[in-house]
Amino acid sequence: MSKVHVSTIINDDTVEFLCESEQTLLDVLRDDLRLTGSKEGCASGDCGACSVIMDGRLVCACLLLAAEAEGSTIETIEGMANGSDLHPLQQQFLDHAALQCGVCTPGFLIAAKALLDRNPDPTETEVRYWLAGNLCRCTGYDKIVRAVLDTAAETRN
Amino acid sequence: MQYEAPTTVDQAVALLKNSGNASKVLAGGTDLLVQLRSGMIEPELIVDIKKIPEVRSILKEDGKFRVGAVVTGAELGEHGDLKAAWPGVVEAAELIGSTQIQGRASLGGNLCNASPAADAVPALVAAGAICMIAGPNGRRELPVGAICTGPGQTSLSPGEFVVSFLFPIPKPRSGDAYLRFIPRTEMDIAVVGVGIHITLDAENVCVDARVAVGAVAPTVLLVEESAAALVGTMVDDASIDKMIAAVRDSCDPIDDKRGTVVYRTQVAGVLAGRVCRIALQRTRRHE
Ligand SMILES: Cc1cc2nc3c(=O)[nH]c(=O)nc-3n(C[C@H](O)[C@H](O)[C@H](O)COP(=O)(O)OP(=O)(O)OC[C@H]3O[C@@H](n4cnc5c(N)ncnc54)[C@H](O)[C@@H]3O)c2cc1C
Ligand code: FES
Ligand code: FES
Repeated sequence: MSKVHVSTIINDDTVEFLCESEQTLLDVLRDDLRLTGSKEGCASGDCGACSVIMDGRLVCACLLLAAEAEGSTIETIEGMANGSDLHPLQQQFLDHAALQCGVCTPGFLIAAKALLDRNPDPTETEVRYWLAGNLCRCTGYDKIVRAVLDTAAETRN
Repeated sequence: MQYEAPTTVDQAVALLKNSGNASKVLAGGTDLLVQLRSGMIEPELIVDIKKIPEVRSILKEDGKFRVGAVVTGAELGEHGDLKAAWPGVVEAAELIGSTQIQGRASLGGNLCNASPAADAVPALVAAGAICMIAGPNGRRELPVGAICTGPGQTSLSPGEFVVSFLFPIPKPRSGDAYLRFIPRTEMDIAVVGVGIHITLDAENVCVDARVAVGAVAPTVLLVEESAAALVGTMVDDASIDKMIAAVRDSCDPIDDKRGTVVYRTQVAGVLAGRVCRIALQRTRRHE
């Protein structure tokens, strides 16, 4: 079976890879490109741990074939900090203790970034609905929501 | 498994025709990838139709909206003109899944996956939307309600796929709405879904009504008796009650963990009343 050749831009770098047509984007990111920040929680679109931004849209990397990424621009958690300078969302997550085991955290951070990129001043309700596709078994969500709202307030000032 | 992403409708039809039943159309993949990964389906060929411009766009033809089959829920929600013309259809599409799912899930996929509980389908049926279908014998049109024949089953022939949806020009005093009932506020499968479209004349008399109910039968029901209860009336409480009674009479749901037969039938009526009142309010939205 011949492999599919895919060229993409991932976190501002041109990345080309060969994949099997069965492989999901998440498989390729984690297993082949060693970008293991995106997690696999459910593999069925329910938990959001695999969230990435593709061509400006938040998507589940577990529900995409890697071959579909041809020609696209992808942002993953690995591109969020600028060197050792954390993204404001990452810093607020730390300050609020908005994570415990951390498995859901890359997905929440990417999802929250996608929200604030679009809407710098969301209401609490908007934050909660936007993040409804990200599940967390540890924090009870409240600290995550506060961290996102405080990042928005901080960035606006 | 082989993956192809043709850039024209004709190329897609040729690929699908040559592979017969061994192929699957891929739109947003939010149903298909789950089925692939669970081993429920094992296609030899995946035909990704998202690179075909005609299938991706929202156009206006002689005042009518033509919406490409792979246009996503998020894109529909961002299209102000479409939302103003068909608020019920857009709100139904926007209910599908989470933000992540919204970035991919399409009307064509929601319809052709043929789940009895698909959220967009009752709203599309109520709106009277028409599918443009392409296949080995050329193109044909079918009303949305004629596509699903049972859970997971469609009337499409091998090699055929839905290219776009054509919506009628909304009449000046018309309105549509969709509501579903789920036990939580996001991310669940409809226990019942109701889509209603009504049109009034200058004297506020209902001249046309379409009432579609999802998740209470193997396919979405277009309830003629409910429409008949509204047409010729001022859509007052008494006629809405008759419409509700006809909705309940038409229900033939399953018993499952989401709801019993009695519960689903009861909820279908309650929702139909609410949806009808929202649609009625929207008949005045252009005044
Ligand atoms: C976490 C999660 C939550 C969800 N929540 C909801 C919900 O709230 N409500 C709801 O209704 N659904 C929900 N779904 C199901 C799914 O997202 C929707 O049905 C969606 O609209 C499917 O569209 P798609 O573009 O992803 O279709 P795909 O997965 O690409 O395709 C679905 C099926 O239709 C066929 N197909 C697709 N397009 C065409 C076409 N143009 N012509 C012919 N055949 C075609 C495919 O071959 C496949 O069999 C959810 C799914 C997930 C994973
Ligand atoms: S791993 Fe993709 S949504 Fe759970
Ligand atoms: S911190 Fe453990 S799942 Fe969210």
